[in-house]
Amino acid sequence: MDDCMPINKDPNTIIRMEDIYMSFPGGVQANRGVNLEVRQGEIHCLLGENGAGKTVLMSVLYGLYKPDSGCIFYKNEKLDIHSPKDAISHRIGMVHQHFMLVETLSVAENIILGQYKPWKILNNLDPVIKKINQMSKEYGLNVDPFSLVQDLSVGEQQRVEILKVLYHGADLLILDEPTAVLTPQESEHLLDFLRELANEGLTIIFITHKLEEVMQISDRVTILRDGKTIATVNTKETNPRELAKMMVGRDVLMNLDKKEKQPGNVIFSVKNLNVQDERGLPAVRNVSFEVHEREVVGIAGVSGNGQSEFALALAGLMDSEFDAMVLNDKLITKRELSHLNKLGMAHIPEDRQKMGLILPFSVSENFIAETFNNHPFSRFGFLQFKTIKTYSQTLVKKFSIRVGDVEEEIAHLSGGNQQKVVVARELDRRPKFLLVNQPTRGIDIGATEFVRQQIIAERDNGAGILLISTDLEEIFALSDRILVMYEGRIMGEVAPDADQIERVGLLMAGKTEETALITN
Amino acid sequence: MDWFSFKKQLKKFSRSAWTPFAAIPIALGIGAIILLVAGYNPVEAYTAMWQGAFKDRAAITEVLIKATPLIFIGAGLAVAFRCSIWNIGAEGQFYAGAVAATATGIYLGSLPSFILVPLVLLAGVASGALWGMLAAYMKNRFGANEVVTTIMLNYIAIFLTGWLVTGPMIETEGLFAQTAKISENARLWRFLPPTRLHLGFIIALVVAFALYILIFKTSLGYTIRAVGINPDAARYAGINVKRKTLLAMAISGGAAGLGGAVEVAAISYRLYQLISPGYGFDGIAVSLLVNNNPLGVIFSGILFGALRSGAEVMQMNAKVPSVLVYLIQGLVILSVVAFGVYSYVSKEKEE
Amino acid sequence: MDLLPSMLFLQSILAATWRMATPILYAAVGEVFSEKAGVINIGLEGVMLIGAFSAYSVAFESGSLWLGLLAAILAGILSGLIFALFTITIKANQIVVGAAFNMIGMGITGFLYRTMYTESAGALSLKTFPTIEIPFLSSIPFFGEVLFKHNIMVYATLLVVPLATFVLYKTAFGLSIRAVGEHPKAADTVGVNVFSMRYVSVMIGTALAAVGGAFLVLAYADQFVEGIVSGRGFIALAVVVFGRWKPWGAFWSSLLFGVFYALQLRIQTMPNVTIPYQFLQALPYLATLVVLIGFNKRRVKTPKTLGVPYK
Repeated sequence: MDDCMPINKDPNTIIRMEDIYMSFPGGVQANRGVNLEVRQGEIHCLLGENGAGKTVLMSVLYGLYKPDSGCIFYKNEKLDIHSPKDAISHRIGMVHQHFMLVETLSVAENIILGQYKPWKILNNLDPVIKKINQMSKEYGLNVDPFSLVQDLSVGEQQRVEILKVLYHGADLLILDEPTAVLTPQESEHLLDFLRELANEGLTIIFITHKLEEVMQISDRVTILRDGKTIATVNTKETNPRELAKMMVGRDVLMNLDKKEKQPGNVIFSVKNLNVQDERGLPAVRNVSFEVHEREVVGIAGVSGNGQSEFALALAGLMDSEFDAMVLNDKLITKRELSHLNKLGMAHIPEDRQKMGLILPFSVSENFIAETFNNHPFSRFGFLQFKTIKTYSQTLVKKFSIRVGDVEEEIAHLSGGNQQKVVVARELDRRPKFLLVNQPTRGIDIGATEFVRQQIIAERDNGAGILLISTDLEEIFALSDRILVMYEGRIMGEVAPDADQIERVGLLMAGKTEETALITN
Repeated sequence: MDWFSFKKQLKKFSRSAWTPFAAIPIALGIGAIILLVAGYNPVEAYTAMWQGAFKDRAAITEVLIKATPLIFIGAGLAVAFRCSIWNIGAEGQFYAGAVAATATGIYLGSLPSFILVPLVLLAGVASGALWGMLAAYMKNRFGANEVVTTIMLNYIAIFLTGWLVTGPMIETEGLFAQTAKISENARLWRFLPPTRLHLGFIIALVVAFALYILIFKTSLGYTIRAVGINPDAARYAGINVKRKTLLAMAISGGAAGLGGAVEVAAISYRLYQLISPGYGFDGIAVSLLVNNNPLGVIFSGILFGALRSGAEVMQMNAKVPSVLVYLIQGLVILSVVAFGVYSYVSKEKEE
Repeated sequence: MDLLPSMLFLQSILAATWRMATPILYAAVGEVFSEKAGVINIGLEGVMLIGAFSAYSVAFESGSLWLGLLAAILAGILSGLIFALFTITIKANQIVVGAAFNMIGMGITGFLYRTMYTESAGALSLKTFPTIEIPFLSSIPFFGEVLFKHNIMVYATLLVVPLATFVLYKTAFGLSIRAVGEHPKAADTVGVNVFSMRYVSVMIGTALAAVGGAFLVLAYADQFVEGIVSGRGFIALAVVVFGRWKPWGAFWSSLLFGVFYALQLRIQTMPNVTIPYQFLQALPYLATLVVLIGFNKRRVKTPKTLGVPYK
């Protein structure tokens, strides 16, 4: 970053990032020559797929990562940012996708965290509280400075995040996929609010992979792909189709080749499922539903509405209560719940790194994570390494997983390939009932497409599939029926037709309107 | 970036089996500086230590005798540590084994040798395993941190032993705080007279080898390692984490208990309050030094046996207090971790 | 039993309770800082030994108890610096490093003690901090004996605990500590230096642990003995959990352990009690177990990133 010469291009430019290269110790090249120019007072979208390098680029700007090379200019002056502190002092603020809030602290404590010298005594917070209240009122954010963050809903937490950044005096606001955790209606509100802020003169960088949002909110958009800048265009002069092409790198939009549904007999059903979360609060309430053979049932909902607990309970990994559960005509009792695997259920968990895989283990060791005890992988308790290796190589080929050697540590694989390992392992057991939670989160388009095709293929092979996803597009693309979950309840059932999105949105927000309820 | 490649190199180095060979000179080096500062001649001290350990056949067999309990304990701890159970309680488990073995050896003393010896050893294993499982149970059932519970169980085991050897089990003469000798039939064969080298050493080698096979070659070992690395993922794969915790502690405690039984049946022939001079704590370093590999424990166990054995001679001949060994052991662990063997936990995957 | 003898018995127990609780309390309050910031130090026992020996040797050589205390604090800070270097910068497993610290503490203090003091034959005892009888208050029956006849290091706990509470809950520094143990990245993104916060917290922890060790030689026993800490460092760890990671919580739960220590000592000196003394000695350790299993982890708030290195 030594030979950065400011070249006066445009007086309106507030941030210019030139030729940013950024790699991680593991060797992953996240940014490979990115250029970005943001003008004062605009809403600038950063569009790209998962893994395109959007978040990393913004983390560089915010001082969380140090780039390998490249220049950053702030109002045409070279900017050296070594830590978020430097960014904040340049009035740059960032709302992260995973909120940077300390749950055990109050809203006010979160807002003033890091604002004072360590020896500052905080016994009179009245002026702070007053300012928070005033700002909260001014922006219509409705935030109580005294409540603990852990007691707030996701939407409220996001408002706290935004308020925090504004309180720190940001006039450049970076938001990383802020609508991912919101219902369509909440998203609307957020976008309106951001528009207002921009009208007041704030500059906003908005990271997203959703084309509609780009079209709706931005003035200009920069498209990233594989860590490189593809183009920066004026939103008015482009259209979703063109954007998609630039984002994905080819002409096709995802269109799954899906046969008409032909549901068979009920393969899985549960009556009145109730689950409590770790704090002992009800997370899933009186949920009943059934899944047929050759059918994908989608569970839509904003994240944090009980889906995680729901999936864990169904997989027998979390305590739950239910009136009846039937898998493949077999009545499941509590004691059998943990042996569901043996009865024909497979489970693709939501967090592959934390739940699906054992990272320091090799690819082949991960393939046998559920079957290691069975013939032929184990004989008299001894692992049969040759058999395991051959088997792993077959799976690698069958699911076109990109890995040199099956003995390689799985941690070295890309997210997409890691997910393929999980999917391969689960599908190879020929499940009768497949429980899938967030199957494509954080993986590249190729792998996403592959995983989705596998799910559909599994359906066509006769399996019943329960798909939990917070990605509405995914739900609509894959499901034969959609159930909407809100605060642990099933709010209603919807057909996966394009004209139903509005209704799904309302249900996701807990508005039942006149919909026929299928729960009790 | 240079720092990264440097760090990478270091990590690579640390993964290799050479770490202990680098860690020991570093620890001994720092030990030498401390000796120097304290006014000793480090060359003299270390020479005395070396001679004490390897001077002649008798010295070497004494090293192997000292190494025997360390190998038992270290190999068992390797299993627990691989399962990420921080068993600091091998000392107590060793005592538990010694107590049970002594009781068996005294009260069933009339049994023939071919029955009594296995029975004594078995009693040691069972008792140590139960003492270890107690901590696992408290962890599973109540979420009690095993580091604290195992340490507390150490104290309790030692006090219990103290009570037994002054009270209910005190020798008939009642002169010293110790039990009577165990029956002749309960004693382990010393196969290289006049040295004290005994069958227990061979058993220790077998146990270390068996635990190595268990950890790296069996499906049970697979589950133990999986639980140790990522208990959540293990649970998702249908592994019963709590049961593995219990099992790992049983194996670990059982091995330590066997060590206690062997110590009684082959060396002391009786129980007294200080039957272990801290083997349980040495065992921690023994296991960590070789990255919790039960087979490597044979090497590190002999090394630490030599340190201990040599330290006693060092104290006699060079007048250097033998407690220095603890310091060197601690430094060995720090040197090992400094090479980053244990830092894989912190490896973070960036999205 | 008559009322008077049982009151006297109670009085003698309670009078010793606070004193017995003090070394554990110092260590536990320190550990609260460390654990709040996300670093668990099971090497407390070793650090307390180092503190005890430093205090003893410096006080013995210089004749000043205060210099001894200062030496303990410095030794504690130095130990903390090394511990932090390994656990925070090198990111080694905190349990492993803690175990090593216990060995090092035992080894170095034993080694130096035997080198420096076992040969010399003269009196090796210190004149410990004197008991300060608070005027008037100390003559109140019962309470005077229990509360107002202690030495300065015992009274000082009444200063240390509120001060620790104030620092943790009323300063920007404390706010940062509480944040880095829960969500270090969140703290990082608003400009809090996670590493330095953790370093400082660990060093506060070890400095106070060393003070706890120093108490044992400066204000309790008048001599250093090998292994003098005898498990108090580990008990302090349990006290932190039982006290729910709060200084006042640590205060009350240390007192609880103090009761067990006092009870054990008192019963041992009673002529007509036939309980084997080993059972009494085991009492505090047994109590720790009972406390740990009585406290279901779910209900207490462990700092979320305890034991996990940052980045």
